[in-house]
Amino acid sequence: MKPITRYALSAGGLAGFLLLWEALGQSGLIETHLLPPPSTIPPALMSEIREGFWQVMVWASLRHYTIGFVLGSLLGVTLGVAVALFPRVEASQAWLARVLRPIPPLAWIPFAIIWFGISETAAAFIISIGIFWINYFTAMAAVQAVDKDLIEVARAFGHRSFPALLRKVILPGAAPGILSGLRAGLGQGWMTVVAAELFGIQGIGQRMIEASGLLATDIVILYMFSIALLYGVSDYIFVRIQERLLAWQR
Amino acid sequence: MATVIETRDLAVSFGGAGEAGIVFRHLNLAVEEGEIVTLVGVSGAGKSTLLRVIADLIPPHEGTVTVETPPDPARRPIAMVFQAALLMPWRKVADNITLGLEGIDVPDDVRRERVARTLELVGLSDYGDRWPYQLSGGQRQRIGIARALAVEPDILLMDEPFGALDAITRTALQDELLRIWRETGKSILFVTHDIEEAVYLGDRVLLLGDKPARIVNEYRVDIDRAARRESADFLHMVETVRGGLSDAMAIDNGAG
Repeated sequence: MKPITRYALSAGGLAGFLLLWEALGQSGLIETHLLPPPSTIPPALMSEIREGFWQVMVWASLRHYTIGFVLGSLLGVTLGVAVALFPRVEASQAWLARVLRPIPPLAWIPFAIIWFGISETAAAFIISIGIFWINYFTAMAAVQAVDKDLIEVARAFGHRSFPALLRKVILPGAAPGILSGLRAGLGQGWMTVVAAELFGIQGIGQRMIEASGLLATDIVILYMFSIALLYGVSDYIFVRIQERLLAWQR
Repeated sequence: MATVIETRDLAVSFGGAGEAGIVFRHLNLAVEEGEIVTLVGVSGAGKSTLLRVIADLIPPHEGTVTVETPPDPARRPIAMVFQAALLMPWRKVADNITLGLEGIDVPDDVRRERVARTLELVGLSDYGDRWPYQLSGGQRQRIGIARALAVEPDILLMDEPFGALDAITRTALQDELLRIWRETGKSILFVTHDIEEAVYLGDRVLLLGDKPARIVNEYRVDIDRAARRESADFLHMVETVRGGLSDAMAIDNGAG
């Protein structure tokens, strides 16, 4: 498929979806307060900006998200790499990870509140959990998959210390895997942002709950799209960086 | 001529107690300065292991390896060329060549100069800025050779470097290696399972027997290199080595 065809079809799919939705609302088939058509979003956005909500909420969520993302990614990648490198560490975490991993980030909400109060830290903590596990496992797998022969080459050319091997072979070799883990975490983070704010921490999630209590469904939809936009932009930027870093791949 | 590599009663075994894990035992070989010694034997005979012991990548269980080279902080005494070129895919060609120069005392301008010179030696002067994936198999192996030459070693260890290449590329690279050898005067220990390659390249051909590996025979190749590929003496020598190899295998089978 030519890239231009691909773009046309992708844009067409989204446009078709929005048009159908708009038509359902305009024709009266679906009552507009149950599902406000997309044409109600721009006015909703205008009023939210005018009243000062949108920028405050988006900024607050962006902050929780960024702290959670950096924290979860840093810890996940570091520990994942360490576990892959040291068999003893790997063995000691094997069961522990099995116990902790299946606990959904949202199940930590009570503890987040008890430990950190209704605070930004609590939201960032919850967001970081899901991101941590994704990066933990992808970084571990990425390091384990590094070509052992390349490590031998580096040793043969005089790089025998552990830090040298880490810097010259293991980390660059694991970079594609680690980066794809970071990207997956980027999406996972936005999914938990809203939930992490539902219990009263200022942000998009909190505003959505308020709006839905008032049956202001157009506002709810506005923030749903705001999240989609934020994710889209952050993912786009990440992919551009990723392409640069991995230019050596076919 | 001075001896540059000498192994004395070398023994290596992997795991297994007693005879089971022994790769070789009482292995003695010497490489003289400036000569090409080829090591030929059935696959699994421990040829690669022997190179790795000499390169100090695997410790021997018994015996010693002596590498006699003048010390020089800007060079490494030994460099290795691997069967698969094994370039670091995330480094451009020029940065692959400098791999062995990182960590030894080589200033930047000398580094650049060595990259240019080794690239020219292997005939890929314009390729420094490419990624490994953009090269053919033969080109990649040439860069593997350039990477080894860049540390200006006295000794090149080559582990079936042309084994994975097609016949035409392989022949071309054999001649190129001989040209580089004439221009640089390196001592080369070259492992192969291809008898013709062993006889074509070697001043001496060592025949490695199996289980445990030992040197069962040595052939001195006194045939003018310029005429070697076509001469009747060459074909005769190839047959002699081939005979020696099947004898060695017959002894192994009889004994085992």
